[in-house]
Amino acid sequence: MATTPYRVIGTRPVRHDGADKVTGKAVYTADFKLPGLQAGFVLRSPHPHAKIVSIDTSAAEATAGVSAVVTGADFPNVQDKIAQLGEGSVNLAHLSANCMAKDKVLYKGHAVAAVSATNAHIAEEAAAKIVVEYEMLPSVTDIMEAMADDAPLLHADLFTDDLGQKADTASNVAVHMHFEKGDVAAGFEQADVVVEAEFKTATVHQGYIEPHAIVADYNEDGRVRLWTATQGSFTCRQQTAEILQIGVGDVLVTPCEIGGGFGGKIAVYLEPTAAILSKKAGRPVSILMTRTDVFEATGPTPASFMRVKVGAKNDGTLIAGEAWIAYDAGAFPGGVIGPGCMCVFSCYDIEHAVVDGYDVCVNKPHTKAYRAPGATQVAFAMEQLMDELAEQLDICPLEIRMKNAVKEGSRRVDGPVYPQIGYVECLEALRDSDHWNSPLTGDNRGRGIAGGFWFGCGLKSSAACSVNSDGTINLLEGSTDIGGSRASLAMQLAETLGIESSDINPMVGDTDSVGYTDVTGGSRVTFATGLAAYEAGRDLQSQMKVRAAELWECETNDVSIADDGTFSGNGKTAGFKDLATQLFSSGEALVGRATVAPECPTNGFAAHIVDVEVDPDTGKVTILRYTAIQDAGTAIHPSYVEGQMQGGAVQGIGWALNEEYFFNDDDQMTNASFLDYRMPTMLDVPMIDTIIVETGNADHPYGVRGVGEPPIIPPPPAIGNAIYNATQTRMRELPMSPPKVWQAMQSSD
Amino acid sequence: MTTATKKIHVTTTVNGESVEFLCEPRNSLLEVLRDTLGLTGCKEGCNNGNCGACTVIVNKLPVNSCLVFGVEAEGAEIETVEGIADANELHPIQDCFLEGAALQCGICTPGFLVSAKALLEKKPGASEETIRFDLSGNLCRCTGYDKIVRAIQEADKQMSAATVDSTTND
Ligand code: FES
Ligand code: FES
Repeated sequence: MATTPYRVIGTRPVRHDGADKVTGKAVYTADFKLPGLQAGFVLRSPHPHAKIVSIDTSAAEATAGVSAVVTGADFPNVQDKIAQLGEGSVNLAHLSANCMAKDKVLYKGHAVAAVSATNAHIAEEAAAKIVVEYEMLPSVTDIMEAMADDAPLLHADLFTDDLGQKADTASNVAVHMHFEKGDVAAGFEQADVVVEAEFKTATVHQGYIEPHAIVADYNEDGRVRLWTATQGSFTCRQQTAEILQIGVGDVLVTPCEIGGGFGGKIAVYLEPTAAILSKKAGRPVSILMTRTDVFEATGPTPASFMRVKVGAKNDGTLIAGEAWIAYDAGAFPGGVIGPGCMCVFSCYDIEHAVVDGYDVCVNKPHTKAYRAPGATQVAFAMEQLMDELAEQLDICPLEIRMKNAVKEGSRRVDGPVYPQIGYVECLEALRDSDHWNSPLTGDNRGRGIAGGFWFGCGLKSSAACSVNSDGTINLLEGSTDIGGSRASLAMQLAETLGIESSDINPMVGDTDSVGYTDVTGGSRVTFATGLAAYEAGRDLQSQMKVRAAELWECETNDVSIADDGTFSGNGKTAGFKDLATQLFSSGEALVGRATVAPECPTNGFAAHIVDVEVDPDTGKVTILRYTAIQDAGTAIHPSYVEGQMQGGAVQGIGWALNEEYFFNDDDQMTNASFLDYRMPTMLDVPMIDTIIVETGNADHPYGVRGVGEPPIIPPPPAIGNAIYNATQTRMRELPMSPPKVWQAMQSSD
Repeated sequence: MTTATKKIHVTTTVNGESVEFLCEPRNSLLEVLRDTLGLTGCKEGCNNGNCGACTVIVNKLPVNSCLVFGVEAEGAEIETVEGIADANELHPIQDCFLEGAALQCGICTPGFLVSAKALLEKKPGASEETIRFDLSGNLCRCTGYDKIVRAIQEADKQMSAATVDSTTND
């Protein structure tokens, strides 16, 4: 066992919200009720692309039990304006039009009207009486077709932003971006071996089990109160306020418990609609999205088309890389092409590299972040090419990765130079793992490995800790807790103060009660809000020093705090709780506070190993064994770090093997249910072994890096490499579902 | 057409207590439990039988309550997640989920707890494969299932040990 300098960090206490979550008491948005609550239903377009000629809502309005009907005409006109949403930005006019179409629908499932009534059945039946006259337009869902000159245009006013220059003719390509380092042509000339291939990946959904939900109450005083399932209550507040054209101070967002997000619960969908319904109805309104609507109208993550070329020298040194990447943005510009471009070569030191990226509008729902947004697609290409290079050079796939792995001082193609990072350490842990050192035997079986990188971000976080009369603490913080962050934050504060995790009651505040805090995303909460909790603890300690000096009749400077949180001065000592109790009875109450905005990325790396068996008759791939390795910096609560690694790995396995949106000839999604979309069940996966690497992080007092995102990245390429190892068939397309694998095996025979 | 449907009177037992309610013929048991009886522990993830978040026990069998009509509860014995703990004592399955960190967002948890309890009561000592097969109707998107399977295996051990104990004590 490694020794640790910590008392609380690295232990595995039961999470503070645990009992509520195993007894059914935890309140998720759909569980929240208000007196007179109305139920809403959103009517959606059956067509992928059409003009709205007219909407007749009269029959719906006349239906008994209906309290309000809204259409795009009830939404204020929002000007084009880019709003920063913490992790990413959005054009507010597009955001509003995505919540409720005005003149045009851009995908099947696009909202066109909404009804509130005494119950959801009445609302749904009334919505069915709304008559929408559409004028059909040609549609396009394939990226390459959408980029063609003669493609149907989604937005007549969209002109490609080509490296900062606006094009003169309208196009579906919103942005062309370009990154370059070194001299790529010269680099490829120096290469002894070059591999190049095209790759495609399908549209996939985040697949959170809780559908989007909202309770809105447009109060008589003009304030809008929202109870909602969001990854960020402050960004939800901002988006809603901008769409409704009211002040942010006029919106109160109370985050309820949230049933998964993975990047898909940052943008608002239902909030403005429910608020406007509530205003019209004069009563609070709730909406629970149907699962079909979740698939058809909320953030899937982009499909992609990629051409990637890599050159290496005979000794295995990578020398040049070139990538051409197009991601679909869905109905509106602003997909996740940026991070895709930055991540394609982010694991390896390549002297000469160039990346061109395209953000392309198609008639699908507006694509959104999904756990390490944009990184998984490019890793599918790059990490398979690494194996192809290794094979041509007759080097072990692990060795070529070790040889070229980025380390402190390596420069990424988009510019930044890495500080201390842990990719090499992850690969070393892989090399030393039981899995890697156990032989794999049997027919049609293969082993694959792959690496992955995600930035991790800082952004703004706030925390306050108030001291109770017995020296316990109420910790108020602003990050919605999707996977145990109350525990990881409380543990850091407990470590700081020298008390136990159970001495702290962590609570996620609403937007009226806690300082501004950015989204739960970017693998940032345990890092940045953890830093805020730490700083709030330090603030509390410095106040206590002043008060202890008064109590002990000495100078503030004479009071010192030991590592275990014990205060001493003037010959007296007291532990945190003891001193806090004394101070409580001797004067004003104590509240520590902190707001932080660390700018540094946390640079998370992962490496995975997978063993598969491929059924030669059906192409079905079975995962036999899986090991996920990741640099957590420091693991605050190792069980929840492992949980992130396991959960991310299984999402990646679903992306690799099965998940995709099917569209028919009319560009309508045909598998919008859990049954037909078919995410991994318990029966589809084995246990997921984990190895946590801890290389620390100089930018955090306890060395935390984010852990949420990297583990989804390696599974598709690792499985692709394993399939190749088993069958000598190279998969260029996701998902590697049975028909595709079977087909590829026939053609490679 | 859509005129208010006449409500039907239903008498049933929920978590050991006799309960009466009125519901429309079209209301699912899930709606009745959540909206009429205030038992919001069972969750709606899909409303068409594909996720298991709404699982409750009806007459000893786990069912997707979104696929059962409220009126079918007449005379039945229903158990929900709210009834798993005994007064203030958590059930071993609940304890093992917490100790084993077998939940992240927790939306799937009530369904898993109800399904797992039904499984272990019927098949103590179930193999990993049996657990994975029997609970494949419960989706979890957060955990990758590893810790859920382990928590159920651990609960199984504790429950069997408790049974042995109580037999020896008798
Ligand atoms: S809500 Fe009943 S199975 Fe999903
Ligand atoms: S814990 Fe989130 S779906 Fe299972």
